[in-house]
Amino acid sequence: MTTIDLGLPGLGGLAGVPTSDEKQSAKDYKSDQEVRWCPGCGDYAVLAAVQGFMPQLGLRRENIVFVSGIGCSSRFPYYMNTYGMHSIHGRAPAIATGLATARPDLSVWVVTGDGDALSIGGNHLIHSLRRNVNLKILLFNNRIYGLTKGQYSPTSETGKVTKSTPMGSLDNPFNPVSLALGAEATFVARALDSDRKQLTDVLRAAAEHRGTALVEIYQNCPIFNDGAFDVLKEPGERERRLVPLRHGEPIRFGANGEYGVVRDAEGGLSVAEITEANAGSVVVHDATREDPSYAFALSRLGGQDLAHTVTGVFRSVQRPTYDDLARAQVEQAKASKRADLRSLLHGNDTWTVIG
Amino acid sequence: MSVSVGNGASPTGSGVRRLDRVVIRFAGDSGDGMQLTGDRFTSEAAAFGNDLATLPNFPAEIRAPQGTLPGVSSFQLHFADYDILTPGDRPDVLVAMNPAALKANIGDLPAGGTLIVNTDEFTKRNLTKVGYDTNPLEDESLAAYQVHQVAMATLTKGALEETGLSKKDAERAKNMFALGLLSWMYNRPTEGTERFLREKFARKPDIAEANVLAFRAGWNYGETTEAFAVTYEVSPAKLAPGTYRQITGNTALAYGIVAAGQLSELPVLLGTYPITPASDILHELAKHKNFNVLTLQAEDEIAGIGAALGASFGGALGVTSTSGPGIALKSETIGLAVMTELPLVVLDIQRGGPSTGLPTKTEQADLLQAMFGRNGEAPVPIVAPQSPADCFDAALEAARIALTYRTPVLLLSDGYIANGSEPWLIPDVDTLPDLRVSFATEPNAPDGSGEFWPYLRDPETLARPWAVPGTPGLQHRIGGLEKSDGKGGISYDPENHDRMVRLRQAKVDGISVPDLTVDDPSGAAKVLVLGWGSTFGPVGAACRRVRKNGMAIAQAHLRHLNPFPANLGEVLARYERVVVPEMNLGQLALLVRAKYLVDAISYTKVAGLPFKAEELEGVFTDIVRGVTA
Repeated sequence: MTTIDLGLPGLGGLAGVPTSDEKQSAKDYKSDQEVRWCPGCGDYAVLAAVQGFMPQLGLRRENIVFVSGIGCSSRFPYYMNTYGMHSIHGRAPAIATGLATARPDLSVWVVTGDGDALSIGGNHLIHSLRRNVNLKILLFNNRIYGLTKGQYSPTSETGKVTKSTPMGSLDNPFNPVSLALGAEATFVARALDSDRKQLTDVLRAAAEHRGTALVEIYQNCPIFNDGAFDVLKEPGERERRLVPLRHGEPIRFGANGEYGVVRDAEGGLSVAEITEANAGSVVVHDATREDPSYAFALSRLGGQDLAHTVTGVFRSVQRPTYDDLARAQVEQAKASKRADLRSLLHGNDTWTVIG
Repeated sequence: MSVSVGNGASPTGSGVRRLDRVVIRFAGDSGDGMQLTGDRFTSEAAAFGNDLATLPNFPAEIRAPQGTLPGVSSFQLHFADYDILTPGDRPDVLVAMNPAALKANIGDLPAGGTLIVNTDEFTKRNLTKVGYDTNPLEDESLAAYQVHQVAMATLTKGALEETGLSKKDAERAKNMFALGLLSWMYNRPTEGTERFLREKFARKPDIAEANVLAFRAGWNYGETTEAFAVTYEVSPAKLAPGTYRQITGNTALAYGIVAAGQLSELPVLLGTYPITPASDILHELAKHKNFNVLTLQAEDEIAGIGAALGASFGGALGVTSTSGPGIALKSETIGLAVMTELPLVVLDIQRGGPSTGLPTKTEQADLLQAMFGRNGEAPVPIVAPQSPADCFDAALEAARIALTYRTPVLLLSDGYIANGSEPWLIPDVDTLPDLRVSFATEPNAPDGSGEFWPYLRDPETLARPWAVPGTPGLQHRIGGLEKSDGKGGISYDPENHDRMVRLRQAKVDGISVPDLTVDDPSGAAKVLVLGWGSTFGPVGAACRRVRKNGMAIAQAHLRHLNPFPANLGEVLARYERVVVPEMNLGQLALLVRAKYLVDAISYTKVAGLPFKAEELEGVFTDIVRGVTA
């Protein structure tokens, strides 16, 4: 997958963030803190990808902030040599909203997990997507609660046997991409922890997007849910399950491109074996479609069983961001009315008592 | 005192009597516009130069069923020619717009009081609705009062006949008729109200004119009928020299926040969620974006404070506003602010609780929640305003503490002062405190390593440096996990935790707070009344009455609830008895008993309304007599 240049008008996601002339390397983004995830945790790969990709943005490190909630993934800010806040469970998008609104010169990143973002913090997640604050949300989805030692999560497949569900979990999981699209997110993508190149490409596209970008990252928990995504990594399996999206290209996959995504009779999308007869009906991916139902239909091609898993950028559209608009109102008010504290305090009706 | 023959009432000839003070209560259906009527009369009194205090009282429902007791809305106004402290215990004049308003309020009108009734609403159906078997206007039940029966709706409709307005629309202006009548009775200026009506209904000039006509009709009715033998005059009050305006507590709080932003030269970000009775703070601040104030109406209480804290991390003055149920939801984030040691102002406009409680009624029962309502040892400074106008100073004080000590601060107002109003001696902007802060700009490691230690404290204030993102070389990570003293990395070390818990406590304990002053004019008091927050008015009025009766009593009122003023223990020890009146079940009493081992007498009431001066007078008198007996 190549870098996506959608050729869209308007400000980029990093406009207003000061750049650095210094040559940076991944090492510059490593903090002095010892990384304490379990051996083999997928978080290491994501951390390495982020630290490796950050120098490409060419930003001043001090203008980058990572905000997280609670959970294994939320330790992430401690390991980044940027500004950071490890906050409380589920609330990172709210805190980041205030920060990003107050400070247009910062590149603000939220690191969260499936429990943090979709259970306790579900409300903040959908509302930040709705507002389209200029935030980048990295949602590490391992389909399990790791830090509390192995309970099922809101993305665990139905019937999951865990410590808290010895007879199997009962509730239907969220598909984070569908959820984000339902909230009319302007940028939604998915990547795998093990695919460094795709992950980097998606992160870069997210960084350059102005607005809330949600990136779901499938991440393996080797302790409590090991191998959850193995079928997407095993040679022979992955080719017929992974459906990578490339903007402007027909959606084809399989070892020899023998499968594709086509419009079905009802107008929806489905996966089909591509023959000469239907080759013309393969959908050409367009992440910039205003109507979110197309991207939503793509997100529904994959179910809990990972029979098909669509990755890449589902949707990337331009919509004014909340923080830009909020600051513009302040500027407009400042331009039209002087900040005269004395006159504010006096108001229109005063009376004077002579001593 | 009553209006007709009260102390201080003196005939001035030509049917005008001079009074030193009057309490008027307007009462009607929640749709009758009683709050607006009261507000306008208040503005007239303010414009005239009276001292005043108000008590709006309305149901939580926007429109409770029409004509029923739960739907009654009232507005009480006390105005005088001297400085007064409360909206008055009982009205001298009751304006009842319907039978429900009469029934709900007549018990408060003392014998001899004036009752003005809108007779049009006294229909059989309306009377039955509130349980009157016979019409009280026709039986002897109101014999103790001076009753004026006025067909306000009919007279209003008559006055508006030629405007072409529908009867229904015309009748809606009857509250302005009542206002006009009362304005005539008390010789109030009228220009302000006419100007107000024209501005309020600028887009509907016919409605504006109708209201002005109704207002004048009420005035003329008073002048031309012979039903009212006299009018009354309350001279301007001799208040301290200066320029005044009328202000409600919530407006004063909002202005205090605007001023704090200006004085600290920081942008303000209010992150909040609408809740009664705090929403007006959001409404007010949303109007003042030109002062670099950004208001963010969040998805919930937690997001509101989260956004405020995020903004504080970014170097803004983060503020959140709410009431008790919202504080419950914000508790975890307040704890995070304690841990991350960032400035944050939390405005709690208390209301009746627990749970949803009494949303539109007042109470002081969040003190212990403010003090202790978080997991772990999470000390938070607390300040409380004592009156509507005092909210301005209290907001500045909360901001000062938050910015100086890098801590969340809780400000405890309540529904009574939030919606009540009084004259405010507008401060000279040049005399307001300097709240400027300095951000960290350089590495500070004492070991010369060139590192930045985010938890290295100022030796005097124990505040940690405020290093905002964007500052080169000071990249650091904060969060809810315990941090090592100084260096600020994650630390699970037992001794470090013990030290950090004590340091956070010591920082709050060490906040510089002015000494408590005691009001004891005779110097002979053996009983001290210790209050906090909105009880200042009734407590002060009761103390005046006790003294007027020849007894000595001392009054002290706490602005700072955490930490307490350093001299509080010494002050308490000076008196034989200490009485603590509160609109809760004794929360401050519990704190002073625990901290100072003083056998304080707790006097409490949680009726959703402020104390009455008369009631406290009785309580204080008994205690003073008990001590001297």
